[in-house]
Amino acid sequence: MNEKISLKRKANCFILNFLIYLAAGFVCLLLTGSIGYIIYRGVPYVTWDFLSTKPSLISETTGIFPNILNTLYIILMTLIVVLPLGVGSAVYLTEYAKNKKVVKIIELAAETLAGIPSIIYGLVGMLIFVQFCSLGTSLTAGALTLVIMTLPTIVRTTQESLKTVPQSYREGSLALGSGKWHMIRTVVLPSSIDGIVTGCILAIGRIVGESAALLFTAGMANEIIGISEFFKAGKAGSTLTVSLYMYAKERGEFEIAFAIASILLVLTFLINFLAKFAAKKLRKGKE
Amino acid sequence: MKILETAITNKLGKTTKQAKPVNMLEMIMNLIFTVCGLIAVVFVLLITAFLIVSGVPAIKEIGIIDFLTGDIWASTAETPLYGILPFIMTSVYGTLGAILIGVPIGLLCAVFLAEIAHKKIAGIVRSAVDLLAGIPSAVYGLIGMIIIVPAVREIFDLPDGANLFSAIIVLAIMILPSVISVSETAIKAVPKEYKEASLALGATKTETVFKVIVPAAKSGILTAVVLGIGRAIGEAMAVMMVAGNVANMPGLFKSVRFLTTAVASEMSYSSGLQREALFSIALVLFVFIMIINLVLNLIVKRNKR
Repeated sequence: MNEKISLKRKANCFILNFLIYLAAGFVCLLLTGSIGYIIYRGVPYVTWDFLSTKPSLISETTGIFPNILNTLYIILMTLIVVLPLGVGSAVYLTEYAKNKKVVKIIELAAETLAGIPSIIYGLVGMLIFVQFCSLGTSLTAGALTLVIMTLPTIVRTTQESLKTVPQSYREGSLALGSGKWHMIRTVVLPSSIDGIVTGCILAIGRIVGESAALLFTAGMANEIIGISEFFKAGKAGSTLTVSLYMYAKERGEFEIAFAIASILLVLTFLINFLAKFAAKKLRKGKE
Repeated sequence: MKILETAITNKLGKTTKQAKPVNMLEMIMNLIFTVCGLIAVVFVLLITAFLIVSGVPAIKEIGIIDFLTGDIWASTAETPLYGILPFIMTSVYGTLGAILIGVPIGLLCAVFLAEIAHKKIAGIVRSAVDLLAGIPSAVYGLIGMIIIVPAVREIFDLPDGANLFSAIIVLAIMILPSVISVSETAIKAVPKEYKEASLALGATKTETVFKVIVPAAKSGILTAVVLGIGRAIGEAMAVMMVAGNVANMPGLFKSVRFLTTAVASEMSYSSGLQREALFSIALVLFVFIMIINLVLNLIVKRNKR
């Protein structure tokens, strides 16, 4: 067979095949290379002191404890606000909306939100929450900005999961005389928990990695903020990613930046794994 | 089924309750869900309104032609000049460059995943790509700062490696994951018969891939390209760390400023007209993004048909 193919065709195939392998190899090399490099430069600096102190000239510590706390605060606050909104929105789209045009408009809006770059979120968040709502540069303003940003993620994953709930569940529930809300609360939402959890994990991933949207809304402070303080008044604070940017770009302290980067990598890895695991596990539980 | 059973028992337990308050509750919940449903639309309108309200005054004051086509940005000079053509051109060139490098590599990698690789290897590469997608942009910026910028400086013998070229490389790497995953989906969606027919006619596997499958997946790949454009043009932090951040007209080895970084770099210390001009830049960027979104929607719609 092969002898019938002309040499030129053979050569062409060979070159193209080679390019394919080259590209795939390049992508793998890129990933392993950059991860390896970050771990190599960063991990030696990750010590207990580094994780548990705040940056201070007096005690000569350069810890990232405040940034870890801030990241947790912002994740928590964003999820508390965005979950009801996003899930509610998805429920409306799949259970309540009757007008197809309205559904289309809402889906278009969600897609638009997903396409807006984070620097614009940062700017608009500053205009709306920091200035217009006069929250000041604070974690609250940052979290609210991220609410807008993560809404499409939650809506999409929840909606996809709601669509897989069998129609017969709904019919069965309604036939037994339950109201629509009762049906949603007891039948529809519990069966779509996988989508909601996956959405949450993806949203956390986006929040952890976000920097441009938080730079002008949540600020750059590195102070430890207690839980009570956090709920009382809007305090400024930088998350891990923002502080990575500040250390690398503004202060040129690359060792700290690499240490934070290696922590972020581990978190990203964990979140990716969890998202896949949750989707699989919960889907199995449903069946 | 278990869920249904609990639902039934719940319901049966409560049948003694009266009907009217339930209706009231239903109405309230209906209202709440409708409000939630419309919130995305409200957010989009809010963002648009705030950007227009804060972006238009400066454009009016500077003059739209001077603003868009002026090639000198000197916001802190004694007689300030606000021309954003350098930013626009940099964003366009930077995005084009990233697409030119990123799309061929991404496409080839997608072909590898969809057609050539063994299932197990494909799975591993795919999770590597997912991981690349999840890495924060500031981390990409850090790698760019430490590895790519010095490398570019050494290889091309420049005084400073922070330039458009470094930014293009970082952007090309950043758009890879979305290009790969979207093109892979498109390639996999090509009917099997196409491939079989081509192979039966005597084409080799590679010829089949490049002359039959890729052309058939053309529109899906186009989606990937437009998505990549959107990501590249909107990226701020990574670019800020590697592009040098000087408001030059773009040149491959010049320090440049993108639309995104123009907004971010002066925001913290700006005031007055300068600050308003920054909002105007954001408005221009927003218009770009909206156009890209529109194109993306049109392509996706056409694909569905």
